[in-house]
Amino acid sequence: MVEVDYKVIVGLEIHVQLCTKSKMFCGCAVEFGAEPNSRVCPVCLGMPGVLPVMNKQAYEYSVLTAMALDCRIPTFTKWDRKSYYYPDLPKNYQISQYDLPLGENGFIEIPLESGKTKRIGIIRAHLEEDAGKNLHTAGSFSQVDLNRTGTPLLEIVTEPDMNSGAEVRALAVELQRMVRFLGVSEADMQKGHMRFEPNINLAITKDGVEYRTSIVEIKNLNSFRALERSVNYEERRQLDDFLETGKVMTMGSKTTRGWDDEREVSVLQREKEEAHDYRYFPEPDLVPVKLTPQWQAEIRANLCELPLKRQMRYIEQYKLSDYDAGVLTAERSTADFFEQVVEAGGEPKRVCNLLTQTGLKIANERGCGVSDLGVSAKSVGRLAAMVEAGKVGAGSSATVFEAMAETGKEPERLAEELNLIQKSDADELEAVVQQVLAENPNAVQDVTAGGKKSKKARGFLLGQVMQKTKGQANPKVVSEILAKKLA
Amino acid sequence: MEQLGAKQLRDRIAAGQASSVEATMAVFDRIRRFEPTIGAFISTCEERALQAAADVDSRIAAGESAGRLAGVPVAVKDNMCTTFGATTCASKILENFHAPYNATVVDRLLGADAVIVGKTNMDEFAMGSSTENSGLKQTVNPWDTARVPGGSSGGAAAAVAGGLCFAALGSDTGGSIRQPASFCGVVGLKPTYGRVSRFGLVAYGSSLDQIGPITRTVTDTALMMNVIAGHDPADSTSADDAAAAACDYLEKLDEPVEKLKIAIVPEYTAGADESVRRALSEAIEVYRKLGAEITQIDMPHLDYATAAYYVIATAEASSNLARYDGVHYGHRTQEPKDYVEVYSKSRAEAFGQEVKRRIMLGTYALSSGYYDAYYLKALRVRNLIRGGFAGAFEKCDCIMMPVAPTTAFKIGEKTDDPLQMYLSDIYTIGANLAGVPGISIPCGFDTDKLPIGLQILAPVFAEEKLLRIARMYERETDWHNRRPEMRKSIRG
Repeated sequence: MVEVDYKVIVGLEIHVQLCTKSKMFCGCAVEFGAEPNSRVCPVCLGMPGVLPVMNKQAYEYSVLTAMALDCRIPTFTKWDRKSYYYPDLPKNYQISQYDLPLGENGFIEIPLESGKTKRIGIIRAHLEEDAGKNLHTAGSFSQVDLNRTGTPLLEIVTEPDMNSGAEVRALAVELQRMVRFLGVSEADMQKGHMRFEPNINLAITKDGVEYRTSIVEIKNLNSFRALERSVNYEERRQLDDFLETGKVMTMGSKTTRGWDDEREVSVLQREKEEAHDYRYFPEPDLVPVKLTPQWQAEIRANLCELPLKRQMRYIEQYKLSDYDAGVLTAERSTADFFEQVVEAGGEPKRVCNLLTQTGLKIANERGCGVSDLGVSAKSVGRLAAMVEAGKVGAGSSATVFEAMAETGKEPERLAEELNLIQKSDADELEAVVQQVLAENPNAVQDVTAGGKKSKKARGFLLGQVMQKTKGQANPKVVSEILAKKLA
Repeated sequence: MEQLGAKQLRDRIAAGQASSVEATMAVFDRIRRFEPTIGAFISTCEERALQAAADVDSRIAAGESAGRLAGVPVAVKDNMCTTFGATTCASKILENFHAPYNATVVDRLLGADAVIVGKTNMDEFAMGSSTENSGLKQTVNPWDTARVPGGSSGGAAAAVAGGLCFAALGSDTGGSIRQPASFCGVVGLKPTYGRVSRFGLVAYGSSLDQIGPITRTVTDTALMMNVIAGHDPADSTSADDAAAAACDYLEKLDEPVEKLKIAIVPEYTAGADESVRRALSEAIEVYRKLGAEITQIDMPHLDYATAAYYVIATAEASSNLARYDGVHYGHRTQEPKDYVEVYSKSRAEAFGQEVKRRIMLGTYALSSGYYDAYYLKALRVRNLIRGGFAGAFEKCDCIMMPVAPTTAFKIGEKTDDPLQMYLSDIYTIGANLAGVPGISIPCGFDTDKLPIGLQILAPVFAEEKLLRIARMYERETDWHNRRPEMRKSIRG
């Protein structure tokens, strides 16, 4: 019997498109889906004699992200040219950073299914310009759209610290949430704002000897689902391949495979890593960037409590569920608004329900953030307090919230206008209860008899009271009266 | 009128004593007579120039203020982009390239009311020392039409020497302004790296390239600098600190530099022709008589300047010229087999020999496994040379040496021997590597009646002083007033 034990090893190369208004080295707008070659100028077209000028915002966004990734931030970085010929690269070199990236040696914490977190090392983060797109839709020739050329891209390279498809997915989700929180990228995978390229191989122990399979890089992943599945697929494929052929990693044995999303398989694209010589050398048209302590402090001032930390705190401090805390920390504006409402006196769980069940729904419909609904944190706080005090039912609170977003009026007035103030007056309700009990002797009998039917009958009576009060009775008070009467 | 300097002409036009249209017509008259022989221009734009001249004249007649180059006919080397006409870099690959933008220097010329008459010939992509590497035409030296005008700004220098314009802009990566100025008996200044915007200058060696004036007199060079120098936000490498702050180069031009300390480098320049060395020592004598103190210094690192230059410049060029691939603009090969052939054949067909040689040299120097031995080592040499100049300038105001080891050589004499050709730049390359300014001014003639240039080098951003030092000599001599005897259509 052969003993085989194995572990999958994954490192990620990630490209994040920064949400600057203009491109990395010229003033052209960064815009998705515009008419081909309409967002271009002599500089991003690489015409003779033009010169690049660094987009300061892109550099600051990148440094901020590197800070969030706990990277060491060198005070001196420079630009390099990376040379290769391709029609979507007008200069036939890309301005990038080679030996002095703007951030290195960091880490990111990712949540595991167990509820614990895992630390994944970050090797480096550097800034570069994106290439254009080659379009092969016109028959006998190809076309080039250079709108994307020169868009600022932050490249992040992780250590090979992930050991499952789920962990890879967790990192991707966490990074997306982080860059959105920092406001440096829209991070929409469908639009190519975030591109993940996993490098995958296996460490296999067979009969006490460790083997490593060849590293495979996967391309064409445009969803978290595809990312996770591609890793899982590779894990199986590489194991089967090893057991069948016994092939292990050798010099230059790295291959590139493309992910086929329909068939859910990876397909060989490039056998053997071609000996690429990019002939990097310092970009003479740009001056190196010197990050002064003051500038660094200005950038650091935009750093905030990061989403995972905040999520953990919400669970701990406000006793929210992992899911709810996750929803609230998906966007920084949501989390900030949530905290403002809590600060205004809202009970955290109530506020969470109001925001996740109603506020975010309206915001999604309007395509804005929950803080942009025209409803102040104080007003939402008061609505939460009204629910807490039993003045408005949990179900009615959604109606009130929607009306607040619609009219901008205060919750008290709207609850009044919409007749949604709960009746909690015990004397008034007792009369209604009395009437209902008199009209439904069978149900009363079922309750008092106890047994299987008791609970259902009690619910029926409560429902009758609610119906008679047109839903305005406070169910908690009604239940108490019922319990007393039927004791 | 053609005997006037650019500054004199401008002042007369501004004062309403001369007309720009008249001056421009006179220039085009000479172009018609002598250009077929000289071949200084790749393109001229007479109609546009006359219109601009008429516009200047009418604005001055209407009492509007005149620009610093009001109505002066000037020429621009054909590696500076203009929205009018083509910008070819004397290369077949850009033969039909029309830029949708002006180089910053061109905008500045136009903003100063200059009248641009044409774009001048050059070695293809500024790679060469004789303008023989032009892919489009040959330029000859107005002093002897069997000889080269120098290069790579040979067309600009020949045009100024031949009176085909009053001033011109050249570019200097390893001596390409100073050496042709010397060969053609005119003044040429390579400013400090970062002094003049490179935006719109088609790059050869980006860390070395610098635009500068070619004129008949030091005064005209100062005038041109007043127009083109200064920070440009479109060029990240253009200096904007206090040291580089713009100044009026004409203001104190005629004030001699007191207690002038001149350094010479006899060991380094011992290899120059005898006539060149004699002209240099005679020029030094002039300064000595003016009260200058002369010291001898040693700059051992300069022995490695040419080697370092040909690694750094070609490395940058290999990357800068990668964009000429037939995909987006410029020459494209007919019926390529696949997209790789679009690149390889377009480039093979349209680049000249010397450009190909330098692209290959530079590609090699940057290749993995060779980078440290060539590119990195060359950068270290460059740092030593920079340090050597900085150290030397602690002890002197300027360094004087020949511009080139020889005077203008015969057409075809060195075309088969690139290494010999490269040595034409031996004395000029140091300034580019160190980024310091250098000027070439006429300082005599050899036995063949060919002009000789005196090179003066100064610390970074010391152009104001450099021009004053050059002007001291010019006031004492009349070499700059000599004109070649121009004959019409010698070559028939």
